[in-house]
Amino acid sequence: MSVRYGLLGLLRLAPAHGYQLRTDLVDVTGATWPLNIGQVYSTLQRLERDGLIEADDADPADGPERRRYRITQKGISDLDGWLAEAVPHENGPRSELVIKVAIAMSVPGTDVRSVLDAQRATTLMVLQQLTKTKRAADGKLAALAVEWMVLGAEAEIRWLDLCEAQLTKAESRGSR
Amino acid sequence: MTAILELLNVSRLFRQGSVEVAALSEVSLSVARGELVAVMGPSGSGKSTLLNIAGGLDWPTSGTVFVDGTDLGGLSAAELAGLRRGSLGYVFQELNLVRSLTAAENVALPLELDGRSARESRAEAIESLRVVGMADQVDRFPDEMSGGEQQRVAIARGLVGTRRLLLADEPTGALDSAAGEEIVSLLRRRCDAGCAALLVTHEARYAGWADRVVYLRDGAVVERASVSPDDDL
Repeated sequence: MSVRYGLLGLLRLAPAHGYQLRTDLVDVTGATWPLNIGQVYSTLQRLERDGLIEADDADPADGPERRRYRITQKGISDLDGWLAEAVPHENGPRSELVIKVAIAMSVPGTDVRSVLDAQRATTLMVLQQLTKTKRAADGKLAALAVEWMVLGAEAEIRWLDLCEAQLTKAESRGSR
Repeated sequence: MTAILELLNVSRLFRQGSVEVAALSEVSLSVARGELVAVMGPSGSGKSTLLNIAGGLDWPTSGTVFVDGTDLGGLSAAELAGLRRGSLGYVFQELNLVRSLTAAENVALPLELDGRSARESRAEAIESLRVVGMADQVDRFPDEMSGGEQQRVAIARGLVGTRRLLLADEPTGALDSAAGEEIVSLLRRRCDAGCAALLVTHEARYAGWADRVVYLRDGAVVERASVSPDDDL
């Protein structure tokens, strides 16, 4: 879904070939979002089939890599509709981490802090990597995309802190 | 790698009534030139005690602290004070800026206390303010500045002269995350330029700027929760 509208949005700016669109989309959303060229071409083919984009006088026999696409009127109104609509919030309650910590806290004899510690170190390393990427993208649109991931990692670590605080509280109640 | 700060088996006990409580137990840690090391951990885990001991503001019950190869335990009070003024820079959550002094005067203060001439001190203070992006505000008073600007002046004071080790205890204080991020990126740049820094923070976002993260719990380093540069993603 996001690739579809990302491509449509870029074509709203100017007609382009698939490989250029891929480069531009990675630039805008940060290099941390892998996007392979095959996915770009297959999405472009679907957009063309749906009449949202069309190829500049291309030979119908040409593959998608030879075609230069432009957005159609129908594509513009589809894009406008998408921009106007809110994206449903993604955080489901069934994250593996949430389940793991809940189980760790329920199963007697589990070293919960060790579970939290391993996760903390892992997520901190991700955060270090993201911070490097963010520094490199300073001032560019991609920095905002990276910041979104930084906030996600930050939220996870705060949540781990919260779990530990809860654990400490439960232990001090238990020992009294 | 040259260690600018080295703590070897440092313990710090406090007496609470009849019991001894270990604020730090057997902590070993070294910070090399160019390195930014973050210290995290729950409140009461010993983060600030660690920083105070590293800066010669508190003493270990046992263990050794080396700054630039000098054993702090072997120094006289006067020698320690000299080292503190000359090699160490501190940035605390409480800024302790003198309200009746301008930015430049605040930053020059530690140099003047060290017996440097007023003119020389001012020149170095202005250079230090330039580094933190406050070159155009040298003659303003703390009350005329935003919280972020005051924080930058406090950092300039921590950096002034030839300090090689920066010790920062929650230096982002109550700043919003954009201003806080600017402060930490400043520490990062100082380290990239050859300083060493120890940053105590409870916010993972700021620890993300560090080369290493040391996680403390109950006064001890938790290896499993700590991050070294050799660790792979």
